[in-house]
Amino acid sequence: MISIENLHKNFGINQVLNGIDLSITKGQTVAILGPNGSGKTTLIKSILGMVKPSSGDISLAGMSVKNKWDYRENIDYLPQIANFPGNLKVIELIHMIKDIRGKGITQEDRFIEMFGLQPFLNKKLSHLSGGTKQKVNLVLTFMFDSDMIILDEPTSGLDPVSLIALKNLIASEKQKGKTILITSHIMSFVEEVCDKLVFILDGKIYFNDTIKVLKVTTKEENFEKAIAHLLTHAHV
Amino acid sequence: MFKILKYSFYDLVRSRWSYVYLLFYLLLGFALLFLNENISKAVITLMNVITILVPLIGTIFGVMYFYNSKEFTELLLALPIPRRSIFLGQYFGVAISLSLSLILGLGIPFLFYGLFQSDSIVDFLLLLITGSMLTFIFTAIAFYIGLSNENKIKGFGYAILFWLFMAVIYDGIFLISLIVFEEYPLDNLSLFATLFNPIDLSRVLILLKLDIAALLGYTGAVFQKFFGNFSGLIVSFFTLFLWIIIPLFLVKRKASKKDF
Repeated sequence: MISIENLHKNFGINQVLNGIDLSITKGQTVAILGPNGSGKTTLIKSILGMVKPSSGDISLAGMSVKNKWDYRENIDYLPQIANFPGNLKVIELIHMIKDIRGKGITQEDRFIEMFGLQPFLNKKLSHLSGGTKQKVNLVLTFMFDSDMIILDEPTSGLDPVSLIALKNLIASEKQKGKTILITSHIMSFVEEVCDKLVFILDGKIYFNDTIKVLKVTTKEENFEKAIAHLLTHAHV
Repeated sequence: MFKILKYSFYDLVRSRWSYVYLLFYLLLGFALLFLNENISKAVITLMNVITILVPLIGTIFGVMYFYNSKEFTELLLALPIPRRSIFLGQYFGVAISLSLSLILGLGIPFLFYGLFQSDSIVDFLLLLITGSMLTFIFTAIAFYIGLSNENKIKGFGYAILFWLFMAVIYDGIFLISLIVFEEYPLDNLSLFATLFNPIDLSRVLILLKLDIAALLGYTGAVFQKFFGNFSGLIVSFFTLFLWIIIPLFLVKRKASKKDF
């Protein structure tokens, strides 16, 4: 469903993506992992068209995304930093994003209940805590029910109850056959939720397979240790 | 674009700063009218305030809004809408709400003092129109500076510097060049130089409409000849309009190439 060919991106002299080749088939839940500054967010933003690649091509369902915007109709994206116009109320923001996307049927009520946001609906966004903002962010992402979901650090700031809700939610979206891309630094979360791993270091893919295969190749039973092994032996 | 505009506008209309700005103009309007007791005199004083302050506020608000809504802009960029709609929508949201503060803030006190019975209504309207155009110009430039500079402090610095250049330094250079080259005929040069600075252009435009061009001396006569007639007025408005269109075009071009 997503295919990325020989993707390069540099910001000035800083080479962030260095020849990424990746294909993700429909219905997979893929974790994009890597240390800070390895190019995870840049890769995600390239798929969304927010970053313009220096060279290479990205296509979704066989169509190149270059200089297009309407393909984003089929993507729900959760950005890393949740920061909204402070003078709007939560409910107004939800209506606003709905209005801008112009999709008929949305399921915001279900997710408002799931994350316990009812008491905050009429509060201004500037008065919300970081975790509550992240919950609003999650509602905005999931309410559209698109075929593809991209989550950039979805767990940040969430309390344990919401984290469980999020895990269940991702599992049910998986059941519907959606393609899901996740970046996270919480390894237990990744192990629980994802089928496949893409490990990026210095803008290159070092590992691209299932968690099982990772454990076998690194000869580590513990997932966190396997990732650490990957990090320390990545230069090989 | 109109949806983004609508929400940016809503957001701004409810921000405290819009009210502070509105209140400032209300106070200024009432104070000037109270002190002058004469609408046309108040218009002259207002002109001096507007040609300096409106560009400053437009610049600061534009840059501030741009940087403050940065993360939210990123959220919008991931939605299925073209980039130009996002940035033009936000731009018009800021520019329209600022212009509205100006028009309401000054309009209300002047209405109270019987603007419609006054001969100065045309002058006053001209003042509001050029004030609004200055808002649109400097907000557009502020957006362009914001888009070009990732660093907030740098962006703020450049924007203020640009305002300072147009409001103060430009006149200084202009004046020095008039003194240095006083041997030469400078009518066309000064006309030309005025067109290249929206603040000067607005000031000259209003001064000439107020029929106090004599203050400008010899060049005043040249200006009067040019700006005073209908075609001069058209040319000056057209130039102010270009001052809006060109930065906006640059904003659109920059936005379509930028990485977020």
